[in-house]
Amino acid sequence: MTEKKIVRPYGDTTGDGMVQVSFTLPVPHDKRAEGAAVQLANKMGIDPAMLVHAKQMGDGFTFFVVYGRANHLVDLDKVQVVERDFPLLSAKEVNTVVKQRLRRKLSVVGACIGTDAHTVGIDAILNVKGIAGEKGLEYYRELKVTNLGAQVSVPELVEAARREKADAVLVSQVVTQRDAHLHNTREMSAAFREALPAGRRPLLIVGGPRFDETMTGELGVDRIFGRGTTPGEVASYLVHALITDKKARA
Amino acid sequence: MTGKLGLDPALVARARELARRAGQPVVDLARSHTTVSVERAVLRLAGVTGADPDGIPWVNRLVDAVVADVGLGHGVAAPVFDALAREQIGDVTLLAQKAAAGSVRFTQPTGKAATAARKAARKAVAAGVRQIDRRRAERDRLVKRYGDPKQRPWIYLIVATGDIYEDIPQAQAAARAGADVIAVIRSTGQSLLDYVPEGATREGFAGTYATQENFRLMRAALDESSRELGRYVRLTNYASGLCMPEMATLAGLERLDMMLNDSMYGILFRDINPIRTFVDQRFSRQVHARAGIIINTGEDNYLTTADAVDEAHTVTVSQLLNEYFAHEAGLADWQLGLGHAFEINPDVPESFRLELAHALLARELFPDAPLKWMPPTKHMTGDVFRGNLLDGFFNLVGTMTGQGILLVGMMTEAVVTPWLSDRDIALQNVRYVLGAAGGLHEDFVPAPGGFIQQRAHRVLGEAVDLLDRIGDQSLLTAIAEGTFGIMKRPADRGKGLDGIAKHEADYYNPATDILEQAA
Repeated sequence: MTEKKIVRPYGDTTGDGMVQVSFTLPVPHDKRAEGAAVQLANKMGIDPAMLVHAKQMGDGFTFFVVYGRANHLVDLDKVQVVERDFPLLSAKEVNTVVKQRLRRKLSVVGACIGTDAHTVGIDAILNVKGIAGEKGLEYYRELKVTNLGAQVSVPELVEAARREKADAVLVSQVVTQRDAHLHNTREMSAAFREALPAGRRPLLIVGGPRFDETMTGELGVDRIFGRGTTPGEVASYLVHALITDKKARA
Repeated sequence: MTGKLGLDPALVARARELARRAGQPVVDLARSHTTVSVERAVLRLAGVTGADPDGIPWVNRLVDAVVADVGLGHGVAAPVFDALAREQIGDVTLLAQKAAAGSVRFTQPTGKAATAARKAARKAVAAGVRQIDRRRAERDRLVKRYGDPKQRPWIYLIVATGDIYEDIPQAQAAARAGADVIAVIRSTGQSLLDYVPEGATREGFAGTYATQENFRLMRAALDESSRELGRYVRLTNYASGLCMPEMATLAGLERLDMMLNDSMYGILFRDINPIRTFVDQRFSRQVHARAGIIINTGEDNYLTTADAVDEAHTVTVSQLLNEYFAHEAGLADWQLGLGHAFEINPDVPESFRLELAHALLARELFPDAPLKWMPPTKHMTGDVFRGNLLDGFFNLVGTMTGQGILLVGMMTEAVVTPWLSDRDIALQNVRYVLGAAGGLHEDFVPAPGGFIQQRAHRVLGEAVDLLDRIGDQSLLTAIAEGTFGIMKRPADRGKGLDGIAKHEADYYNPATDILEQAA
């Protein structure tokens, strides 16, 4: 079988292009509403569009299900995906790698530094409760998590990292007034460079909704995580950077 | 009590006795300690309201000032009302403002001054408790006027926009679409705030801040809906986290109808100190008992971390502990929305029969409690079609086993926060199942000695074994050693530890006095 370069959606016959979509329009259900749904489907490239279901919800909304033929082609050669530079592991896989290859618990110390009292980010990543149905790092049997909470000073953080023999330090910064998140992060990375020799310095990770993920060098940290990061991604990165791909660390 | 499962009444009685044995030392601990949040709740009942210009409530400023001068262990009521008399100030909020400015010194009064301060404190707190009583009577009147939902289970829906003024029309729309209970999810991280934010709020993270004003606004909106729909629509929030006693108090003052209030959730999932949690919890449950609020416990959460088949008995154990703590605090059976969930991996053979067995076990163990039945979340994959089918089976178990409160499952769980259409499809699912099989529990009797009975007996047996082990070492040790879930939570660690004090010989808390008198 030769590999196809150009494909279309498949309903029940090769090349039929059939798709199914559902959506809501903010209009009451009548003839005009159905016409509006077909018009939207047409504009989405579905032509002919079959309106198979319409149901009014509340006063001013109607839900539609539309089947039809999408007139777009997909060129497989032109598909572009951005690859994550580390594999995403399940909690079980993370635990197994740490147990088998590190042969001790991986120690993680987390905090909100400076005046930032927004622990939402660090708690979402560290607390068992986690976020979006994903458990936080505390849930991982092979990780030893120390969450220092809010408004931790940089010296306190360095001291805690030393005491807990931290393999990684996670810092969350939400407040961005007068670039506080950037200043705090630079202060933190400088303090760690000063306090510990390069070989014994923990992996430094910052996270927050307003960071530019490409600024690692400028801020002196190993990794920046932006909005929407999940605990699983952080755990996978820790395993990648500290165990499976140690040389990748500068 | 034989019921549909043929449970051994002696074993059930033994399970309750073991739960009592495990819980008793914790109750003793709760009776001999206080926390900053319990004391702040007392001040709220005594009429302290509002916050400083930075948004820190006056109750926090006042408790902090008293603690700085005389410590926490005497309770703040006597020092506060002693200062009020000495300084000739008529209003406790005004005293809090002066204390925050550093112009009032507190002492622990003795002799006649102590008697007078206690009397004045009790009078002020009694007024707050009377307000809770009035709110409860008001609920009874409205339920009588508008009526309860026609069907069981009650249909429970969540709103969570972060903005109370967006939540209100969403909640009203949900009520119109069939919801009997509206829960406003709290902002992420609120449970770890050691103060209750003030005023109407429009910005939250994945939820809306619980504040007294937000409670009031939403309750007023649902009263409007109740009038329109001819059934009383209930409102739910959370008495959990570091401010649990204050949340319970505010809920009582603003006529909320249900509160999430689990005995161990904060300890296990939020790393809140175990002693802080148990002390706060006992007070908050006493307030809930007085306010006629139904509590919802959080056993469903265990099953999101642990395996729902292997760890099914930990749910039963937690339900028994929650029941013991609740009864001890004065809650009646009708107020116990004990939690459990439909979380077995659907790929496990006979998963539906296992779910039926577990759900029926809870039903038969707690025949007079309005059990809260929680939908699948862990095995919702983003395949919305399969998710809708799973939710249908969840609804079916709910009606076949007579659950009291059904949290409506969303096929888009773990995909997006529910869209208007997701909620509509989910409610359509519930209506179909309740309409088509609403009376099926009358016909559904598992075969004697069959799969479902055997499974239920086994889970109960494992629960008794676990309670037996806990009893030998005390609940706090069990929690410290990671018996529940996999979280180890020692009693000398965790958040909120510094806000606990052992009662001094002259500890005085008028609220506890009044609440225990009634019981």
